[in-house]
Amino acid sequence: MQEYFIIIISAVLINNIVLSQFLGICPFLGVSKKLSASLGMGGAVSFVLILAGALTWAVQVYLLNPFKIGYLQTIAFILIIAALVQFVEMVMKKYSPPLYKALGIYLPLITTNCAVLGVAIINIQKEYTFAKVMVHSLSHAAGFTLALVLMSGIRERMEDANIPESMQGTPIALVIAALMSMAFLGFSGLI
Amino acid sequence: MLVAVVTLATMGAIFGIVLGIAAKKFAVEVDPRVENLLKIMPGANCGACGQPGCAAFAEAIVAGTVKPSACSPGGTSLYEKIAAIMGTEVSAYQERQVAQLLCQGDNIHTRMLYRYKGVNDCHAALTNFKGPKACNFGCVMQGSCSQVCQFGAIQMGVNGLPVVDYYRCTGCNKCVVECPLQLYKLVGVSHLVNVRCVNTEKGKGAKTNCSTACIKCKICEKNCPEDAVHVVAQGDGTVALIDYEKCTNCGICAAKCPTKAIDKIMPLSEEVVLEVGETPTPGCTHCGVCPPQ
Repeated sequence: MQEYFIIIISAVLINNIVLSQFLGICPFLGVSKKLSASLGMGGAVSFVLILAGALTWAVQVYLLNPFKIGYLQTIAFILIIAALVQFVEMVMKKYSPPLYKALGIYLPLITTNCAVLGVAIINIQKEYTFAKVMVHSLSHAAGFTLALVLMSGIRERMEDANIPESMQGTPIALVIAALMSMAFLGFSGLI
Repeated sequence: MLVAVVTLATMGAIFGIVLGIAAKKFAVEVDPRVENLLKIMPGANCGACGQPGCAAFAEAIVAGTVKPSACSPGGTSLYEKIAAIMGTEVSAYQERQVAQLLCQGDNIHTRMLYRYKGVNDCHAALTNFKGPKACNFGCVMQGSCSQVCQFGAIQMGVNGLPVVDYYRCTGCNKCVVECPLQLYKLVGVSHLVNVRCVNTEKGKGAKTNCSTACIKCKICEKNCPEDAVHVVAQGDGTVALIDYEKCTNCGICAAKCPTKAIDKIMPLSEEVVLEVGETPTPGCTHCGVCPPQ
């Protein structure tokens, strides 16, 4: 049980996928202007991340390892992720058009979101069991959503702030991201 | 090798089938007009229309929230196609307006009374003997219009006069309001021939102060096949003025004008590249996608 707890804390706070490992920065900056959109993006990435974690683990253990074709890892994983993203896109377009609109281009970009591929590969590298893979993926998804929601919360407040003209938009967002990243460094002594 | 190929092919096939079924199951009915519009869009996704891409632009047209004329890369031919799909008339769409400077009196053409070295503000420069120029109608070249332009469409040229970048200009009217001499006019982009002088002095006085002033010779009036240009009364005197309703852009008046106060500009899409970053390539909308060469 303790192992799982360590995985969760480590993935959500200490090795936060966005703020400590700097993966998935694109949606982190792109879809963090509104709280609702960032929650939706967090949800979409979480869904893809968890399903991709499970599928890639299964493919690695039952397909790539027995046939000794581990060198196909990257392309096979990308294939899985791409198919999943397509699926999520279709479902979202059907059942939640406003969210589909809000996410815009960042939704298909989950395909190339390095957070998803990164977590899938870390799962394999650490030689987790299936249960641990699920916990690990879930925690990283939670960590990603947490980073996005925190960021959007700050950026929504920044809307009302009097920011110098040259710093408006992306520059101030990058400064915030850097400060958040430094703040998350504080968690490194947690375990 | 074979195992690798078969494995990937099988995975691909399975995903393909699953996605195919999902596409049918989760199909969303789309307004056919949106799809038809999307087919005729320029497809540059440049964002010049203010929408995040051609697809969003097509949807916005169907929703009626934007005008087709917002698409500057498309041009009139696109507006006609859009009108055909939407079942409306082309004339319902207003032509894009750009600001045109009505003065060509730069450092070379116009006599200067003195050298102005105060703050770069046209209003300030005008307080000293009605500006540094001998001509009291011409641009004082201190760049108030350039400062007020939010789109970077007005830059001060090498010969002192502001130069309007018609690609960047959105016709927002700010320079028209700002210019203390009312030297800007919003003109539809298709009007290529313009009288670039508002000097209402008599010919001799105008000519003495500026070699490219309107001297009221009426040569334009006599040569115009469409009866579109006339020397009309304005202020204390007269000046040539083109009736855009009649003008066909033939450019005869511009060619005959002895002082070249009437100027014919190149149509926007045929503008030639002179220097990267200074003058746009044909069809460029400054979307910033292509890298500097």
